[in-house]
Amino acid sequence: MSTETDIHDAARAATAGELDLEALSAAVGERAADEGILDLAYARMDSPLGELLAVSTPDGLVHLGYPNRPLDAQLEGLAQRISPRIVESPRRLDEVRSELDEYFEGRRRRFDLALDWQLTGGFVRAVLERTASIPFGETRTYGEVAAAAGSPRAFRAAGSALGANPIPIVVPCHRVLRSGGALGGYGGGLDAKRELLELEGVM
Amino acid sequence: MATASTPIPFQALIEAHAGAVAAFLRGMLPADDVDDALQETLLAALRGYPRFDGANPRAWLLTIARRKAIDEHRAQSRRPGSLDEPDALPAGRGGDGERDGELWGRVASLPPKQRAAIVLRFALDLRYREVGAALDCSEAAARRSVHEGVRSLRAALEPMTATSQEERR
Repeated sequence: MSTETDIHDAARAATAGELDLEALSAAVGERAADEGILDLAYARMDSPLGELLAVSTPDGLVHLGYPNRPLDAQLEGLAQRISPRIVESPRRLDEVRSELDEYFEGRRRRFDLALDWQLTGGFVRAVLERTASIPFGETRTYGEVAAAAGSPRAFRAAGSALGANPIPIVVPCHRVLRSGGALGGYGGGLDAKRELLELEGVM
Repeated sequence: MATASTPIPFQALIEAHAGAVAAFLRGMLPADDVDDALQETLLAALRGYPRFDGANPRAWLLTIARRKAIDEHRAQSRRPGSLDEPDALPAGRGGDGERDGELWGRVASLPPKQRAAIVLRFALDLRYREVGAALDCSEAAARRSVHEGVRSLRAALEPMTATSQEERR
């Protein structure tokens, strides 16, 4: 028997073991956050609309993603736009999870979460900030939101601003409809929009 | 392929390479120290991530892990009572037999660089080029370290083999 084969076997035996990646990431994420070197923490969350991706910076919730976009693509986009120092660290998003759970269970009508708006700017930001103040169970038209943001004729631009909403549900762009009452568009898919409006008793 | 212009989320590095780093550390440290060294390695990597050039993340992580293992060895040799007991004890862990354990006990007493080279080559199945990248040395030097390690093990092993053949008779 060759020595190399023996060494191979021994090396394999001595270094084999279980690795719990979720626990490892969570532990590293917590320690990194305490040290101030975690730029983005994320958690995957079950919801009636499928698995949501919630991502926060030290300043607040910065991104909430629907499952119609692959998780890897969402994380890569955030690595590019904000920072690649991103770790799955679910405990950093406990508050987001509990407020979303309450909302989906019909026990919460407005969110009290800190938001990080850094992925938005200019007109998009203005539209989304107006949208954030539309109350639970009410709707506005694209034109109304555009007007509130200071450009009454920019209803198309308002539509694309809402489509670029990085924090849907919490910034309730699902409450914005076409003037005839048609659904318009929705980043998470129209089924998701319909479901949210049903949950809020609008449809 | 990773480059500085397309940063990879750190989580993707953990998912792709933490298994290899863990195996390396299991080969370098006593079982009780592995989890902490693994976390320390990843934290150090996260700290330096903005300056990482994106090329060969596995070798980069293994380089950091090797430094952590060396730190840990130094810390241990300063601890009273632990001198001259080079953690003989990844030995036998999970192994299918005393023979593996005994052989691995010998690996633990190799010089650190040879030991690291042996672990990278035989536990992780890395090519010499990547062994060199992880050890901060040339491919040729990595090959030498592995061969020297194998030679010492072979020398140590021969009496062992002779004995076990004796026993089998």
